[in-house]
Amino acid sequence: MSTEQLLLIEPLIGGLLCGFISKNTLRRSLLILFSLGHFVLTLFCVVKGPDPHPGNLLGADALSLLFLLITSTLFLPVSIAMSRYLARQKTEEKPTSLFASEAVFTAALLLFLFSMTLAILSQHIGLFWMAVEATTLSSAPLICYHRSAQTLEAAWKYLLICSVGIAMALIGNIALMVATSFDPALTDTSLAFAHLIQHAHQLQPIWIKIAFVFFLIGYGTKMGLAPMHTWLPDAHSEAPSPVSALLSGALLNCAFLGIIRIQMLLRAAGLEHFSQELLLFFGISSMLIAGMFIIRQTGYKRMLAYSSVEHMGILAVALGCAGSFATFGGMFHALNHSLIKGSLFLTAGLILHRYRTKNIDEVTGILQRSPITGVLWILGFLAICGVPPFSVFNSEMSIMTGLATQHHWIILGLMLLALALVFIGLAALMPRMAYGTPQANTEKMPPEKPIDWIPPVLLCATSLVLGIWMPAFLRNVIQMAADQIGS
Amino acid sequence: MSASWVHILFALLLAPLFPGIINRVKARFAGRQGSPLFQLYFDLIKLLKKGAVFSSSSTWLFRAGSIVGLATAFLALLWVPAWGCTSLLQIQGDFFIFAYLLGLGRFMTMLSALDTGSAFEGMGASREAFFAALSEPALLLGLAVLARFTHTLSLSGIYLASPTIPLPVTFFLFVTFAILFLTENARIPVDDPNTHLELTMIHEVMILDHSGPDLALIEYAGALRLWVTGLLVVNLIPFRTGHLFYDLLLCGLALAGWAVVVGIIESSMARLRLNHIPLLLGVAFVLSVLSLFWVVK
Amino acid sequence: MITQLLTAAILLLTLQMLGSARLGVLIRSVALQAGAMILLGIFSAHELPNWHEGLLLLTTFLLKCLVFPLLLRRALRETVIHREVEPLIGYTRSLFIGLVLLGAGLWIATRLPLPPKTINPFQLAIALATIGSGFILIVGRVKAITQTIGYLVLENGIGMLGFVLATGSPLIIEMGILLDIFVGIFVMGILMLDINREFDHMDTDKLSTLRDL
Repeated sequence: MSTEQLLLIEPLIGGLLCGFISKNTLRRSLLILFSLGHFVLTLFCVVKGPDPHPGNLLGADALSLLFLLITSTLFLPVSIAMSRYLARQKTEEKPTSLFASEAVFTAALLLFLFSMTLAILSQHIGLFWMAVEATTLSSAPLICYHRSAQTLEAAWKYLLICSVGIAMALIGNIALMVATSFDPALTDTSLAFAHLIQHAHQLQPIWIKIAFVFFLIGYGTKMGLAPMHTWLPDAHSEAPSPVSALLSGALLNCAFLGIIRIQMLLRAAGLEHFSQELLLFFGISSMLIAGMFIIRQTGYKRMLAYSSVEHMGILAVALGCAGSFATFGGMFHALNHSLIKGSLFLTAGLILHRYRTKNIDEVTGILQRSPITGVLWILGFLAICGVPPFSVFNSEMSIMTGLATQHHWIILGLMLLALALVFIGLAALMPRMAYGTPQANTEKMPPEKPIDWIPPVLLCATSLVLGIWMPAFLRNVIQMAADQIGS
Repeated sequence: MSASWVHILFALLLAPLFPGIINRVKARFAGRQGSPLFQLYFDLIKLLKKGAVFSSSSTWLFRAGSIVGLATAFLALLWVPAWGCTSLLQIQGDFFIFAYLLGLGRFMTMLSALDTGSAFEGMGASREAFFAALSEPALLLGLAVLARFTHTLSLSGIYLASPTIPLPVTFFLFVTFAILFLTENARIPVDDPNTHLELTMIHEVMILDHSGPDLALIEYAGALRLWVTGLLVVNLIPFRTGHLFYDLLLCGLALAGWAVVVGIIESSMARLRLNHIPLLLGVAFVLSVLSLFWVVK
Repeated sequence: MITQLLTAAILLLTLQMLGSARLGVLIRSVALQAGAMILLGIFSAHELPNWHEGLLLLTTFLLKCLVFPLLLRRALRETVIHREVEPLIGYTRSLFIGLVLLGAGLWIATRLPLPPKTINPFQLAIALATIGSGFILIVGRVKAITQTIGYLVLENGIGMLGFVLATGSPLIIEMGILLDIFVGIFVMGILMLDINREFDHMDTDKLSTLRDL
């Protein structure tokens, strides 16, 4: 039993187990336990190093290791926060729907982890598609855990738009299969990534380009690239906050992984100019659209969701720009964004629990009422806008240096404009929540428990540390992933 | 040539049987005995013996409507082939002549309806004009597809070659022409020939004011149009024996069979709401475009 | 000849779905379309399918023609209204858009370089038209169940595209895709029931509280 298979089986068993356990406290501890196990297995894999010859279906190459690390590192604090969240819910009467029961919710959460791990570890295009569709299906019940008009609307929109998007990616799969069937010398038409890259020059170029367009639109829908991002603000704002942290921090990365792998194929086939132009276009549009919409937001979770759209645009721009600076910066940025967005969403969850409102206008004076939450909010604001010494600054600088070395001046200018727009928007919305006098109806608030604020503090602190000092093993992991893309 | 005359003679003599068969089938479906098959003949004789009443506000147009209606129906009969025998007259592009002869008859009926100055007739005329406008593209496109496929532009040539048309195209055009048949002759589901409720009449309302011999002319012309448009449908059936007499006989039987089918359709469906009829005609058009794609591919 | 009839049947079913308002008819049509597609796959192939292709075809048939209509009809049982009353794109308009899609599909099928093993370019056009019609159903209709049926039509079209272009994946991948679609329909069904219980209707255009513009 290899480590990869263990990594998959562990959350699968956990999910099935949690679905049948009726005792709530046992189930919540099991959740934390299984995520801890997953994290340990991931560290084990990272220490072991990437597999130079991954199998046809599953394998942990350098890219997989990086994204696995990101996902697992995020899932652990989120699972702690999730257990606390579930413990805080008042026990209601028997749930009216299948998706309103806590057992199904916990099971779906662990199955979500399973499908994300499967997506990251898959080396076959068809298996990757299956896994990404499985992530959509397992995360839809997570969104509508609380029955209300808005959550149902958000969940339906999410399910339908992402399913249609992923159907587009299936057309991309078929196009890629067609591309392999032209050259009679290519007898093995397996769709494993390594095999395709090896025989890239024997594939029909027009069909590869068609496949890329469909993949970009399909997985781009899942990733949140504009204009396919319309489900993202709804889903990420209506879901419970730890779930939003996972959706923003882990799921979007998985979809990005698919686009990375196809880009690698196009690069091997010599068609990278076509794909890079498209990536730059979609990336910059996402950033600009996010910048335009973020200023007029009235809900703080929706605001954070638009920030996710912007950062996904940055990732797309990083992938669309050739050169080592941009690629390294992009991979590092994936990690940083997950850390900070996770921290911000968990903090937002604490704010929601205390203030019981999602409106920005109704939340003021967090620093006075709950100081640690307030500090987290301010630090998160600074970090997500790319202020040093947080690590987001480093990765964004790296990407912009990459753009400059490749002479993409217009893109660089637009990127700076978009970053400025987002900064203005967030600066208009976030600090006034933390400062100011709290309103009168917020006198009685439960005290802050350490178990509540430790997960977001850990995530935020990691980002701060990474901004100043990067440990060697982490630099190694990121560099190997960047090399695999660039090679 | 003489075979065509035989066919025309048959049509003139046997056309009033067509509505008789339809009504008999409808009655049997409703559990009644029904009127005799030759009822329309008796009605025609009765009407011809009666005198006519004309409104004082109507003009010569009112009388002309019924006469031109019969004349165009008869002329249309001259251009349509039956199984095995060509039509009496044929030139290249005569399906346009055929379509517009029927259109002319309808136009004169509408004019005579408008001539009475009554609101009901005007309403019927406007509805009839609307549906005729929607059905025309389907008819012409269907006939054009057939012409393209058989590489002739004459109705006789088209239908003589109908066994060579691929089966899906035959099926599509069969349904298209069936829908157009029902529209042209004001049958259910487009219009109910039995209803005389003001708000629901389309065709019946236009002939509301005709009486006596005029009504006889109109009823006979209606029977001829049933025959002629029925031939459009029945000619698509890809079965020919090659022997003239048997082909004519079988064609007559096929027409009778089609009359039975129309009776069944009328008995099993209700009339469509007026604003759903464009959808039905849209379906006919779509089917003819589909058959066009089939030819083009 | 059978392939011609089956192709015509698939086309007609697609157009019927575009023009029909009755939900029961839609459910039946999408099941029939899946069945016709599978039969077309069997009859178009030059040799008989081997055991794992046969297993795949059988599973697809069971799922798409029996299980999905059952699930959808169960979801339909709780709703009161069984017709789509006011769609965003009208029925006649949808029909004509479907025709335009078919024409576009034909144009694309003649322009693209097709792989040497392609069965028939006309079937490629019909597959593309079916995919487009699935989109029209999702975008232009209002009820949640019609959107689910549109998704099924989309998947039908993609499946047809797959076998027309003579491509094949390993059995496990194809089964995985089927499993995903099955679970997807299941989840959609549960969500539909929840929406119906919460709102007393299934009209997704009335779910518009979350908006930015």
